[in-house]
Amino acid sequence: MELNIPTMAQMVAEGKTPEILFWVGCAGSFDERAQKITRDICKILQHVGISYAVLGTEESCTGDPAKRAGNEFLFQMQAMANIELLNAYEVKKIVTGCPHCFNTIANEYPGLGGTYEVIHHTQLIQGLINDGKLKAEGGESFKGRRITFHDPCYLGRGNGVYEAPRAALEVLDTELVEMKRCKTNGLCCGAGGAQMFKEPEKGNKDINDERMVDVIEAKADVIASGCPFCMTMLSDGVKHLNKEQDIKVLDIAEITVRANGL
Amino acid sequence: MISQFIFIIILGAAVYLFGKNVAKVRRNILLGKDTDRSDNPAERWKLMAKVALGQSKMVKRPTAAVLHLFVYVGFVIINLEVLEIMIDGIFGSHRVFAGPLGGLYGLLIGSFEVLAFLVLASCVIFLVRRNVVKLKRFTGTEMTAWPKSDANYILITEILLMAAFLTMNAADYKLQALHVGHYVTAGSFPVSALIAPLLPAGAGALEAIERGCWWFHIIGILAFLNYLPYSKHFHILLAFPNVYYSNLNAKGKFSNMASVTNEVKAMLDPSFVPETTEVSRFGVKDVTDLTWKNLMEAYTCTECGRCTSVCPANITGKLLSPRKIMMDTRDRLVELGNNIDKHGKDHTDDKSLLDNYITREELWACTTCNACVEACPVNINPLEIITEMRRYVVMEESQAPASLNNMFGNMENNGAPWKYSQADRFNWAEKG
Repeated sequence: MELNIPTMAQMVAEGKTPEILFWVGCAGSFDERAQKITRDICKILQHVGISYAVLGTEESCTGDPAKRAGNEFLFQMQAMANIELLNAYEVKKIVTGCPHCFNTIANEYPGLGGTYEVIHHTQLIQGLINDGKLKAEGGESFKGRRITFHDPCYLGRGNGVYEAPRAALEVLDTELVEMKRCKTNGLCCGAGGAQMFKEPEKGNKDINDERMVDVIEAKADVIASGCPFCMTMLSDGVKHLNKEQDIKVLDIAEITVRANGL
Repeated sequence: MISQFIFIIILGAAVYLFGKNVAKVRRNILLGKDTDRSDNPAERWKLMAKVALGQSKMVKRPTAAVLHLFVYVGFVIINLEVLEIMIDGIFGSHRVFAGPLGGLYGLLIGSFEVLAFLVLASCVIFLVRRNVVKLKRFTGTEMTAWPKSDANYILITEILLMAAFLTMNAADYKLQALHVGHYVTAGSFPVSALIAPLLPAGAGALEAIERGCWWFHIIGILAFLNYLPYSKHFHILLAFPNVYYSNLNAKGKFSNMASVTNEVKAMLDPSFVPETTEVSRFGVKDVTDLTWKNLMEAYTCTECGRCTSVCPANITGKLLSPRKIMMDTRDRLVELGNNIDKHGKDHTDDKSLLDNYITREELWACTTCNACVEACPVNINPLEIITEMRRYVVMEESQAPASLNNMFGNMENNGAPWKYSQADRFNWAEKG
């Protein structure tokens, strides 16, 4: 699919108002693996014909890692600058590619003057499936695979979104399995709370390796997720097991794009 | 007459002492900062009915849930019997409810007996789980001598109280059959009838056993009541208000600090005049920087360890244990309260919750995943204490780990936690 990714600045210059803003996030912008997922989200938006835009170089970190690390000053500086930009563009609805951005903008921006309808990309996909705009046709078959969903903390426990990502998997002709620790009991990948940006404290194991115990036990060969940080941690976990050939870590957006041959 | 007099004195002293200690706990809790939890009363009552009264979060661990339910229901319902015991004690009557309640009385006493047996059996199993099976959840660095003894004292006391109750009924049952004095035929004794054959046959001995157990049971209950404020068992009372005042927001939402908003606004707009807010400190160094809700949670915690058993940091051998965060908070608050009692309100020691109780290594091990918050059957939030303490370490002391300082620097300079240029932020669109 030839991608045409409009920015907010272009849209406004052309006098257009997009229906939804796609908030890409830092990982989605810079991390190579996450960039692919970002483009896949764009493919989905373009495929179903939703008018959308991104902020491009105007986007800046939501401030989430600063806030979780205790740097409220930096968080609020980031938040206020972002809110000013979003409000200037009169943004009403936002879809994010990251549960951390989703949580921060949905829950913490309203108190600072930024109130928007915010959804995570798995919720967008669920909505499109429910509306009959997205199916699982014309692309890769997942038949014979065993897919399990790893709940990102800030999507699941943080915001109670457990069903949307699973709805995106249920349309596939595949075997879905749950890990022992799932949904409200889901085990963190180890990256939250700004751990992504530091070495773990002293312990006897890394958290992503602990998560692999659940993956092996579920005998899954695809770990689905919806978070770029979980993606990194789970991919590393699989790498530590030397099972990169047998177990794939895929974002819900990637699976959707593959299943639809976009 | 003399026994009524003794009873009233003991009862009065127990209630007075309990009231005094509860007032002290209340004072300690109110050393915390204010936070408004008066919104949405209807939702709060519903939550309390579901989570505290209905024990909805206990079901995740079915064995513990069933055993705990027996003890809980037993405790609540057998208190009806305690009411009768109180009245009998004060007025010198015997089984005062037997007459007015008629047939219902037999049913009540019968169900109390069954419950008493279930409580007793559950407590024995609980003791075995703790001391013989040694479930992992009941171990850990914070489970030192006192918390372990506290748990055992509670269970042993409950076993003794229930045993006394059943023995008392067994003796009463035999005395009723002998038609001795005031032992009117009343009640039904499905459990104690089974132990009655073990008791002596003589009326004098039976009466001594019946009275002895009666006194032991009621004095035991009053003593236990006064043990509560010193014990983790205080949760039987605080669980209810603690759930009522729960955080109703999405768990992922962290508070926005109003004091910081003022400063950031003033920085961005020099003409901004902040509302006068008194800020002593950013974040939490000591328990008095926490909110009263955090402090209430510390007194509510019954150290069950569900939080720690699901904590990804703890599972992988890190120092952090959410249960320890709550226990440390309570211990420090009690220490502070004792200082106030001894040296007056303005006394300060050189200690604080940070460093003297909770180390930085513990704080930095947290992934803020909310597993501990989700796991707590009475909606305690150890995560809020951890993040508030991080705020102090970062904003007051600038003592974040070096790698996090790098991340802050990147975010400040180029709007991303990594060292990439803002100008390259849209490059992803060109690839693929």
